[in-house]
Amino acid sequence: MGSEPRRPPPAREPGAVEVATLAAPAPAGPSPTRGRPELAARLRDYGRRYPTAVAGAIILVALALVALVAPLIAPDPVRLNPINRLRPPSGDFWFGADFLGRDVYARTIYGTRISLTVGLAVAAVSVAGGLAIGLLAGYVRWVDTVVMRVMDGVMAIPGVLLAIALISLTGAGVGNVIIAITVPEIPRVVRLVRSVVLTIREQPYVEAAVAGGTRLPKILWMHILPNTVAPLIVQATYVCASAIVIEAILSFLGAGTPPEIPSWGNIMAEGRVYVQVAPWMIFFPGVFLAVAVLAVNILGDGLRDSLDPRIARRM
Amino acid sequence: MSPVRGREASAGAGAGAAGAAGANGPGGGARSVLEVRDLKKHFPVHGGLLRRRAGSVFAVDGISFEIQAGETLGLVGESGSGKSTAGKSILRLIDPTAGQVVLNGEDVTRAPAHRLRALRRQMQMVFQDPYASLNPRLSAETIVAEPLRNYGVVAKREIRDRVVALFERVGLTGESMVKYPHEFSGGQRQRLGVARALALEPALIVADEPVSALDVSVQAQVLNLLMDLQQDANLAFLFISHDLAVVEHISHRVAVMYLGKIVELTDRRKLFEEPLHPYTQALLSAAPVPDPRSRRRRIILKGDIPSPINPPSGCAFHTRCPMVEPRCRTEAPVMRTVAAGHDVACHLH
Repeated sequence: MGSEPRRPPPAREPGAVEVATLAAPAPAGPSPTRGRPELAARLRDYGRRYPTAVAGAIILVALALVALVAPLIAPDPVRLNPINRLRPPSGDFWFGADFLGRDVYARTIYGTRISLTVGLAVAAVSVAGGLAIGLLAGYVRWVDTVVMRVMDGVMAIPGVLLAIALISLTGAGVGNVIIAITVPEIPRVVRLVRSVVLTIREQPYVEAAVAGGTRLPKILWMHILPNTVAPLIVQATYVCASAIVIEAILSFLGAGTPPEIPSWGNIMAEGRVYVQVAPWMIFFPGVFLAVAVLAVNILGDGLRDSLDPRIARRM
Repeated sequence: MSPVRGREASAGAGAGAAGAAGANGPGGGARSVLEVRDLKKHFPVHGGLLRRRAGSVFAVDGISFEIQAGETLGLVGESGSGKSTAGKSILRLIDPTAGQVVLNGEDVTRAPAHRLRALRRQMQMVFQDPYASLNPRLSAETIVAEPLRNYGVVAKREIRDRVVALFERVGLTGESMVKYPHEFSGGQRQRLGVARALALEPALIVADEPVSALDVSVQAQVLNLLMDLQQDANLAFLFISHDLAVVEHISHRVAVMYLGKIVELTDRRKLFEEPLHPYTQALLSAAPVPDPRSRRRRIILKGDIPSPINPPSGCAFHTRCPMVEPRCRTEAPVMRTVAAGHDVACHLH
């Protein structure tokens, strides 16, 4: 009752709003552009609430653009120029030159292509594969027993080690690198999807679907799959970040991308011997690697917070 | 078996138009829509280091009953008595351990997958929780249309009209089809659940506590809706509830469950006027009567319902029975017909 004096103004306000909304559609009838400022406002609002996610996304978009237009903004990354061997950063060689006189700037820029390709491809393939396996494992009992023991086995082996083994079996090449990194990532996705499926399948609405004669594939598609989307998007960013790192590690160890293709790991591996006389060979690709991984990770964190705060616990 | 059946016109408070439902609804000689014979569901309990089978939960331990077309059988019992498990076993949402469920002459328990799917057309379920039983991501139309699409009952073009008709039949407007479950009230959501169950025009609907999650005022509306629908379509209902007032309102016959077994099965009036089993008597004495001066003798049961993992020997109720005799501890009573249409499992009768 103490709030009585405060009541009149807000009581009038809803009325005013109603009038406004009633009046608004009449003049604003034919205005297809109305949705756009709303979207911009929503984006701005999102950026204010989750600044890290937006920052990560911006960095990633910038890197992707750099990778796309690499031939326009950088010289030939594999052209040898012995005269310029180990030249320090300068106006001609922004990031210096390596022990064969190749432009480190060009090589780093082209390396972005490899890292982003591998990161995105691994994220896409492992999410697709993990989703299929996880849905089945979560829903079909006997598949679960078999699949989860296999997944435990894969998880027990360090990812890099497993990838090296796979690469040495199949031979170096970007495609093989993608497969080799995907295999150890899949169990993480499978476990996540399975945990979502196990919770959702106990929901009465799934039981109701069974009672209503819905077949298993449709149950998975209509009732269970939509619930996995949000946690999967978040997981995909983490998989992407880890794939970029593992690709660099494999290349650095000489078990990844073939040396004739410039990738951040390769450039750093070649610079390792010269680190005391030409530290720029390691420094610049290292910075790019760190920034790319950081961007993916903070984007993932922001997405996790915004999509569903509850899934943080399942990660 | 039971010639005395049917709700009288004066059935319960607020029965309204549905009161006359049972006047001659389940008439004599009607065939059984559902026959349940000695149905059992035991859940294995695993324990120990190697997860060996350590025992069983005797959730449903040999129940038998029949339901005729147009008849409602109320299944009452306290929490943990196995009511819901019984309902789900009948629909084979969980596979029963033993026993037989016969729907319109066809064995449900041993039906292969494709027959089971066909059988499910004839038996539908209304769920307890109107919030969790509707997928929050689907529109009301999609939810109600799902069974129709599953069986291709009507041509794709006509699905929408069918859904509109179903909505109107359960008292929802056709315009609300585009809404999502969270935009409906609890009672409306349960009407959606009923519409979904009706979509395939089943012969049997298992309603598992369909109103216990609703406000009392809304409960009556949903109950009356169910009774109207029953009268229109000659539906058989298995109505599972712990609420005696609700069961009295809607049922023609009532089965009382205790620890996975039916202890008494008779028509509504007999059960509420002259209950024979001590457990039924205790249950009825615990239900409130809307009369402040009424001085009834309340039978207070000692202790909790025993664990269904190791049910008591002999009569499962002997640990709490006020009229226990020595032989109750050793000898399990069998179901006996003590009067026309009145079956009791008790050594006293």
